Formats: sequence, structure tokens, C-alpha cells
Amino acid sequence: MNILSLFPAIPVLMMLGLWLSRNLRQIHAVMVTGASLLLGLAIALVFVYLGLRADGQTAEMLLTDSHVWYAPLNIHYAVGVDGISVAMLLLSAVIVFTGTFASWKMADGAKEFFMWFCLLSTGVFGFFISVDLFTMFMFYEVALIPMYLLIGVWGTGRKEYSAMKLTLMLMGGSALILIGILGIYYGAGATTMNITEIAALHNIPAEMQRIWFPIVFIGFGVLGALFPFHTWSPDGHASAPTAVSMLHAGVLMKLGGYGCFRIAMYLLPEAAQELSWIFIILTTISVVYGAFSACVQTDLKYINAYSSVSHCGLVLFAILMINTTAATGAVLQMLSHGLMTALFFALIGMIYGRTHTRDIRELSGLMKVMPFLSVCYVIAGLANLGLPGLSGFVAEMTIFNGAFMVQDTFHRVATIIACTSIVITAVYILRLIGKILYGTCTNPEHLKLTDATWDERLAVSVLIIAIAGLGLSPLWMSDMISDSIIPLISHILN
Amino acid sequence: MNWSDIFSCMYTEIALAGVIIVALLYDLIAGGRGRRFFHPVMCTLMVLFIAGTIVPWHSGEMEAFGGMYVYAPVYSIVKALLAAGTLIVFLQSDSWLRRQDTSFKRGEFYVLTLSTLLGMDFMISAGHFMMFFIGMELASVPMACLVAFDKYKDNSAEAGAKYILSALFASGLMLYGISFFYGTAGTLYFSDMAGRIDGSPLQIMAMVFFFSGLGFKISLVPFHLWTADTYQGAPTSVTSYLSVISKGAAAFTLMVILVKVFAPIAEYWQVMLYIVIVLSITIANIFAIRQKNLKRFLAFSSISQAGYIMLAVISGTPHGMTTLVFYVLVYMVANLAAFGVISAVEQNSGGKVDMDDYNGLYSTNPRLAVTMTLALFSLAGIPPFAGFFSKFFVFAAAFEQGFHVLVFIALINTVISLYYYLLVVKAMFINRNDSPVAPFKTDLSTRTGLVLCLAGILILGIASSVYDGISAFSFGM
Repeated sequence: MNILSLFPAIPVLMMLGLWLSRNLRQIHAVMVTGASLLLGLAIALVFVYLGLRADGQTAEMLLTDSHVWYAPLNIHYAVGVDGISVAMLLLSAVIVFTGTFASWKMADGAKEFFMWFCLLSTGVFGFFISVDLFTMFMFYEVALIPMYLLIGVWGTGRKEYSAMKLTLMLMGGSALILIGILGIYYGAGATTMNITEIAALHNIPAEMQRIWFPIVFIGFGVLGALFPFHTWSPDGHASAPTAVSMLHAGVLMKLGGYGCFRIAMYLLPEAAQELSWIFIILTTISVVYGAFSACVQTDLKYINAYSSVSHCGLVLFAILMINTTAATGAVLQMLSHGLMTALFFALIGMIYGRTHTRDIRELSGLMKVMPFLSVCYVIAGLANLGLPGLSGFVAEMTIFNGAFMVQDTFHRVATIIACTSIVITAVYILRLIGKILYGTCTNPEHLKLTDATWDERLAVSVLIIAIAGLGLSPLWMSDMISDSIIPLISHILN
Repeated sequence: MNWSDIFSCMYTEIALAGVIIVALLYDLIAGGRGRRFFHPVMCTLMVLFIAGTIVPWHSGEMEAFGGMYVYAPVYSIVKALLAAGTLIVFLQSDSWLRRQDTSFKRGEFYVLTLSTLLGMDFMISAGHFMMFFIGMELASVPMACLVAFDKYKDNSAEAGAKYILSALFASGLMLYGISFFYGTAGTLYFSDMAGRIDGSPLQIMAMVFFFSGLGFKISLVPFHLWTADTYQGAPTSVTSYLSVISKGAAAFTLMVILVKVFAPIAEYWQVMLYIVIVLSITIANIFAIRQKNLKRFLAFSSISQAGYIMLAVISGTPHGMTTLVFYVLVYMVANLAAFGVISAVEQNSGGKVDMDDYNGLYSTNPRLAVTMTLALFSLAGIPPFAGFFSKFFVFAAAFEQGFHVLVFIALINTVISLYYYLLVVKAMFINRNDSPVAPFKTDLSTRTGLVLCLAGILILGIASSVYDGISAFSFGM
């Protein structure tokens, strides 16, 4: 069995273990064992991958494996990784690990909650290892549907409305992806569903590409919070329970960016070059609009959700620039945003669990009451607004640098407009930190609150270490990513 | 051709007729004590019957009675699959049949159900329009008795009357169409007819009339008006039989006849199917959203599923044939699971079938709620359940033939259908209820049926061998 197949297999085994477990203790044991195994496996994979590259393996996808599944349609269970997917797998494993600890106190229906959570992770891991269009799409949908019950049953606020809206919008997106996949498959002569093989054939007529490219891009763009299809995101994230917000904003939204790049742009290169301007306009709006919207929100989760719209818009913006630097920045931004938004949602969940409100007008002076959580909140905020030394700076710097290298007025104007989001981000982050963390604590009830417990500290620390690690020594990661980006970009350009 | 050849190619029908005779005699002879074993005996016979016929006995096409009856391996597989569905219906109907007011006529239930199955088998194997028509009538008339089985309940009797009237109207229309064929082609043999279809206006009209008759059985829009009332009024086990077995057989036959006989005028029936598919899927979905009674709800859901089945028919390719059989199989297990849960809840809660009654079902009967959820997810086409694979394959089959816009419309409709399937899931998992359905334990027979369905939902898609098996036998067209 291929090492990559373990990634979706472990969550399935975890579901089996959860099904058999009888009390909270056993549930925790299963979750911790599984999540740690996944994290260990992801770290091991990074070393194996770098080792293989160092040995001079130059194939686009490494550790490949392929089994015939449905022969009449050339469907294979085909897996393989390049630098981008290795980075994404590592991110997913970190978020699953910390998400487990962030929902440690979940008692009401913990078994079912974690079972759906594991199904969600199966989909996410399966998506990143797949190189077959059908398998990839299947895992994509596997990752979407558990969200309905996770938000609908364990969520807060207008959970039923949000859950339905999120599920239907994302399923609408996946309907577009499905027809796009069929278009790509039959357009390429109906001989293979393998992504690398379709790219190598490079035989989809340009007029068909012009139809399928916008469809597939919007399909994945819905999950990547592309304006104007982002409206599920604020409601969904605000209503979801902590661990689900973490996994959804941290990893699931990256499926969108990854799919846009790997399927829409890589497999339909001519149309991608021709039509990218439409989506550059839309993503520029996403970036600025998301940041402005975050400024006027009063709910902590809504602020972070709109901030996610802005940052995920930046990911799509960067890949549409079609150059190596910007695309590397896009993947770094996926990593960076995944980590810091998960940290944000974890912290918001912890604060909400204590104060029972997320309204910033009712919160103040928390620094004195819960110093650990507050300091971590400040760190997350600083990473979000792009302070050097933390991951956000590395990613955004690379993106804007790369975007400005495209030498025409349209791209440069778009880049300059998108750059303003950095300033707007600083406005809402600093305002927020000043309001809820500093000053005097006006609510006497809040003075009695306690600081983080061990499980919360563990979850938060792992995320902060990852953010700082990426910010302080980004080169090994960005080299690994850009090695794999170079062939993809040169394929799109030629 | 001698008698032994005829017997060996009609083995399915002969064996099924044998089972019917055993049921009839058992009903007559067995006394009070013996009747208790009626259900196990029938189920055992069905298992033996399926085991004996699931693998085709002959590899090539054969015919009997001068071409009236045609044998092909894929027909044999379809018949065995329909029989398997019937077995599951039998398993789920036991708790209903054992009630005071129906227990004395359980023999009738078995005989009537198997008679309709026999009719469908002849309909599938027909090589002549007369044979086809006799098979279809054999499938329709006992069905009306089954629909009105709870004859002292007003709505069951009403449903029976509605069914038989619409069925007769559809049959009349179909016979009218067939008579036009005879007038223009001079023959009713499928094999002779193919060469004599020239697309004259009279023949196209005849084809439309013929299609209307089958469209009624499949309950496609605009021939669906009987569906909701009949599904709601009929006993739940009969509804589940009607919604999968009858529909599956008719859809398969439609494809065989369209491809075998009407291939020369394919452009006409493709246009017709195009319109019917769009109408069926869209209208049924819009109506399903507003339903409060779960049986009515599943009636509209089954109309829209029929539209998806037609996507495989419109492709008209061998690949389409394989996906049609696979889709029907997957739809069968999912729909039977959903109806099995409805039937179990209805029998154990004093007739609760409204969506509001299902509020909070997960808190009292988690296993049934999960079964229902998986069945609905499969119907909606959510992976990793079998429905995802079958939907993908019918979309691929239609897309391959260039129906891009049609596939797109169908895909948009899957999102709408997901909405109303999720409404049921929401009722069971999220909505609160002060007086939910009390916890109960289903009997062994129902449970076996549900486990079989669940196994199908979980395994049919992931394991590609079933699809490959069907694909290996699907005949070249």
C-alpha cells in the first residue's frame, strides 16, 4: 500500500474506532492517536518528499500509485504528490490535530461530532493526494456534506439557515465542477482521467476551453470565497462550532484555490491566459471588499470570516497572475492563512466559551483576565496584518512582488488596489485588539473568568509555532513549493 | 427449435411461475399453524430463485416462439435484480402483513406481487408488440389490486381506482399507437420493424403514443398525475414496490425498444426525451419541496429520479445501457431503504408518515434515522454512497452524446433535490420535538431488508465489480 493512501485511510479507521468507543475517554484516545499519527505521517512525508527530490527525482508527481477503478470510463484510484500537495497535507494534518484539542470539551454528542469530523478530514486528505479527476471530485464532495450536520447540530446562532446556505452554495459549485470535469475528460479525447496525462496530451480545443474554464474556475471559486459567491462563508463560519470553523476556513477553503490552480488553470491553459482578466477583477473586489466588510462587523467570528474572504481572494488573485513568484506566494498564503485563521477561530471559540458573547461591544480588558489567550490573539492579529517574522508577511510579500512583475497597466493597477487591503487589515485588527484586549474590563462577570487550560494551550501553541516557523525560515518551504510550481506555470504559459 | 431449448431460454419465467404456483397451493393447503411459515418459505424460495438466475445461463441472444420471446444475458440480469428488489419488499412487508386485518390475505399479496413481476419479465423479453402489451397488462392489473390492498381504508381504495383508470387510459393510448405501427410497417415483430421505420408523421405520432403508455408506468411528467395520490394511498410496502420495481422494469424496456426498434428515428425521440427529462426533473423537484407527507414526498422524488434514469436512455449507447441498469439497481436499494424506514415507523407508531412526525427521530431511534439519512444521501448523489457513482455515470453517458445543456440542467436540479432531502435530515437530526416517535425495535425480517439495502448503498459504488459485471453483459447495440 502506498504511503499516501494512509492519509484518507487513517480517518476512516478513526471513524470505526469512534463507532466502537463507549465513553468520552475512549473517544479522546481514538482522536488523539489518529490525529497524532496523521501529523507524524505528514511530517514524515515532507522529509521523504524532500529526500526523493534531493536524489534527483524530477517527475512532476512523486510517490505515484494507480489502480483501475471503473475501466469503461478510465477512472483510476490514482495518487501522487508534488510540493504543493505536500504543503497542503502538512497544513491539513496540523489543523486536524489542533482542531481535536480545540474541541476537547465537546461532550454533547461527541461521538457523532468526531465521526463527521473524521469524514470531513477523509475528504480533505483524499482531495490533496488525488491525481485522478473523478477521485479528486469524489473526495471533494465527501468533504462538503458533513458540514451540514456539523453546523446544523452543533453550531450556534442561525445555524440551520447557515448550514443550508453553505451546503447548497457549495454543492452548486460542485455541480459546475462536475460538468467541467466531464467537459475536460471528453474534450481531451476520453482516454484518461489522470491530471498529468491530460496535461501532457494538451489537446483540448481552445473554443471548448473557453466554455469550461469559467465554469470550473467559478465552481472551485465558490469554495475559495470568490466574489460574488462568497456569501456562504461569513454565515457558515459564524455559526459553525470551533473545530469546524478551523478546519473549514483553515483547510477546506484551500481546496478551492488548489482546484482552481490544478484543474481549471493547469488543464485549460489557453483559456486561463485569455480569460484571467475577468477573475482578476473579481478577486481584486474580493480582497478589498472583504477587508472593508471586516471593518464594520461587530461579531468576532464575522470579522474573521470577512478577513478570510479577503485573504482567500488574495490566493486566487495570485494564481491568476500566472507567474512563478506570485503562484508560490499563493501557496504560501494558503498555508499562512490556514494556520492563522485556525488560530483565530480557536481563540474566538475559547473566548466565547468563557464570556458567552462574541460581540466586541460587550468585551473589553480581557488582557488582564486571560493573559495567555490575549497574547496569542495579539500574535494572530499581527500575523494577519503581515508583520515581518510571522507567516503572513512572507506570503503577502511574495504575492505582491510576483504580481507587480507582470508588466502591463491592468495587472499593476489591480495589484495596487489589492495592496490597499494590507492597510485596511491593519485598521480592523488593531481596532479590534485595542477594543477587546486593552482598556479596563467593564463587565464584572468577566473578571471571574479563568485563562486557558492545558488542551487549549497545546492547540494554540502548535499553531503559533507553525506560524512563527513559517515566518522565520520560509525558504525551505517556498523552495519546495516553487520547484513544483515552475513546471505548472511553464505548462500554462506554453 | 424443440421444447427443451424453449424451456432453457425461458428459465426465469418458468421458475417464477413455479414460485407463484407454490405460493397459491401453500395458501390453499396450509392450515393455521403452517401459515406462520408462509413468510420464511416465500423468502427462501425467492433467494433460491435469485441465486439460480442471477448468472445468465446462456451467453448469446436466443429467441423462442418465432421471435415473440427474446433472451439476452442482460435481460436475465435485470430480471434477477428486480427479483432481488422484490425479495427486499417481502422482507419489509412482513410486519404489515402480520396485522389482524391483512394476515388472512397474505397469500394474495405474494401471488399478486409475483404476478406483476412475471408480467415485467415478459415485458422485458418481448420481441413482438403484442407480447410486450400482454406483459405490461399482466404487470398493471394485479398492481391495481395491490394498491387497493387495504380495501377498508378509503384512501387505499381511492388510490387503486386512480391507478387502474390511469393505467387503462395509458394502455389504450399505447394500443392506439401500436395499431398505427401495424398499419404503416405491416408487422409487429421488433426485428422486422427496424427496417420499416421511415419517420413518416404517422409513425412519429405512433411512437409518441407508445411512449405515453410507458411514460405513465415510469411516471414521467406530464404522465405523472396519478403518482402522488397513489403513492400516498397505497400500503407503504406496495408503494415501495411500485416506485422501484415497476419503474425500473419499464425504464429498461423503454430503452431496449427505443434503441432496437426506433433507432432510425432517434433524432425525434431524443428531442421528445429531452423535453420530458427537463420537465420531469424540474417540476418534480419543485413540487417535492412543498410536501409534508413523506410518501408524497418520495413520490415526487421518484419522478425526478425517473428523469435521471432517462438521461441514460437518451444516450442510446451500450454504455448508457450499463449505466441505466446500474442506476436502477442503486436507486432500488436507496429507495427501498427509505421506504423500509417509513414502513417501520408507520407500523410501530400508529401510522405516522408526516415529516413533522420525524422531528427528533435521531434521539429516539438513531439507527433508523441514520439508515434514512444514508438512503437520502444516496438518492441525492453524495459520495461515498452508491448514488454518487450512478449519477456520475448517467451524466457521463448523456454528456458523451453531446447533451451538454441537458446535463447542466440536471446538475442544477441535483442541488435543488439536495435541499429537500436535507429537509428530512434536518427534521430527524436538528428539529426538536416534544413527542417524538417512541423508541421501538424492528423485527428481524425488516432489519434484514434494511441491512441488505444499507450494504448496497455503501458497497455498490466503492466496489466497481458490480458495474463491471453489468458492463460485461450489456449487449452491443
